[in-house]
Amino acid sequence: MSSLAQSQLRETFELNIGPQHPATHGVLRIKVVMDGEYIVRAEPILGYIHRMHEKMGENRTWNQFWPNMGRLDYLSAIAYNHCYACLVERAMGIEVPERAEYIRVITAELNRIQSHLLGFGAYIMDLGGFTPLMYAMDEREQILDLLESVTGSRLTYCYFRFGGVYNDIDDDFITGTRAFIKRFRPQIPMYHKLVTGNVILMDRLNGVGPISADLCRKYGATGPVLRGSGVNFDVRRNEPYGVYPELDFDIPVYHECDSMARYMVRMDEMVQSCRIIENALNKLPEGPVMAEKVPKALKPPKGDFHFAVEAARGTFSMRTVSDGTNTSYRMRLRSPTYSNVSLFEEASRGMLLSDALAFLGSLDPVIPEMDR
Amino acid sequence: MSGYFKEIITGLKSLAIGLQITNKEFFTKPITLQYPHESVKMTPRYRGHIELVKDPQTGTHRCIACGMCEKGCPTGCITVQAEKREGVKGKVLTAYILNFTTCSLCGQCVENCKPEAINFSNEYNLASTRREDYIFNLLQKLHPEGVPEPEIDPELLKKEREKKEAAKKEPAKKAAAKEGGESKAEEKS
Ligand code: SF4
Ligand code: SF4
Repeated sequence: MSSLAQSQLRETFELNIGPQHPATHGVLRIKVVMDGEYIVRAEPILGYIHRMHEKMGENRTWNQFWPNMGRLDYLSAIAYNHCYACLVERAMGIEVPERAEYIRVITAELNRIQSHLLGFGAYIMDLGGFTPLMYAMDEREQILDLLESVTGSRLTYCYFRFGGVYNDIDDDFITGTRAFIKRFRPQIPMYHKLVTGNVILMDRLNGVGPISADLCRKYGATGPVLRGSGVNFDVRRNEPYGVYPELDFDIPVYHECDSMARYMVRMDEMVQSCRIIENALNKLPEGPVMAEKVPKALKPPKGDFHFAVEAARGTFSMRTVSDGTNTSYRMRLRSPTYSNVSLFEEASRGMLLSDALAFLGSLDPVIPEMDR
Repeated sequence: MSGYFKEIITGLKSLAIGLQITNKEFFTKPITLQYPHESVKMTPRYRGHIELVKDPQTGTHRCIACGMCEKGCPTGCITVQAEKREGVKGKVLTAYILNFTTCSLCGQCVENCKPEAINFSNEYNLASTRREDYIFNLLQKLHPEGVPEPEIDPELLKKEREKKEAAKKEPAKKAAAKEGGESKAEEKS
């Protein structure tokens, strides 16, 4: 907490959390007006890592915009790859081979588990428990190794291409993924035993940071935040894309609306992702992984296109207006964390400061994606 | 009052369960690698910086200096330098500069390259405190002992010399003929 300014008039004081604070997961600054231990007003101040991704989308060619997709939400970059690929494929009318669709889903779900694992570990660390992070990192490492063996990168993936994926998966990857799932499945009950059942955690999360479904709708919150408030909305189900309709999985929904509910949604989603991956591996067809005849110099027809995917933190959607040239006329990215954190101001009124940090962590913000 | 004791008992129980799991870890093998002494084996698809591929047949690179990689790169970190040499078909690569500080390892250059002259390397031990260390000349990296001279095709050399002679004889058309010859050479590449 960087600065402390006392104001004699209102008997409240201002407190800055961040922009360099371990509990804000990056360069998020929250200006809080405090009355003793209670928050009167908390205002998230964004923009410390704004990089003009939308503008870059407008002056780079369609292919050159690919690396940006790995640098928005660096924890679930593959979902962002997925959105961009599908957006341009929709605009161009490119058919993606079946195998590529399956590979996309498998890698995206692995990426989601990885993201939730880190979210879980970092969240517990925010609350003061260090050990679970190490457990989570151990599992996460396995996923990163698997993804590295197909995509070549460990964090900022640039793996999808218009019409397919960069390269095919091999048998090593398939056996490795199956082995990982076998190893990971029993870990989740272990996490529940170690962490969720812990009385300190329960006391800190149960009933903390209540967000009603209406508040979520008001600010457009999505993902685990929305599903923790009892709304069953998931783009994979409600606006299915790729091969999700062919795979069976459940959408975990919790009705408690508190931080614990959001935490539990993430934990359950990891189990569901395992199910999706297994299912997809069983159904994985043979065939090419790239569509034929995708032009090198892409020029989508004139028009306004939109695509949404379910990233680890909620709905990520892209909208582009194409004027028929090799760059986009207007590119708009809608990132989930931006909406999720927007409700912090309203929801945190009257909260204890320590609760507010537990609440903020349960929103699982990733700042580079919020600022774009 | 009974609720108070109940809370203490459930609390202690949850702590005991947690400690049980933690204690188990005393007896498992650590997974930490002592980095400078041990290192991880990279997967073949790992994306290090790009490198020129050595063609086993010719013993040198396959780059034809078409510049497609340079054009496709989102950050403009590739500079291909090439020149025309007498008696050699197409252009001869003289330097392939990669500014690795701005490379995003996206793979556009590798995809754009028709003759498959570049690929990702497996190198990851690149730590340095000087920025200049990240500006690589990939041609030099491929041939650290010196770049071999390209083979001269005697027939082509003869043809080119004849053309030049012809151009010299007609000073009025000299410029036009030379330009024509050059653009033809470019077309071939
Ligand atoms: S695209 Fe390939 S052949 Fe052309 S200049 Fe680049 S490396 Fe050389
Ligand atoms: S990998 Fe991408 S950024 Fe790096 S040199 Fe190639 S095209 Fe440029």
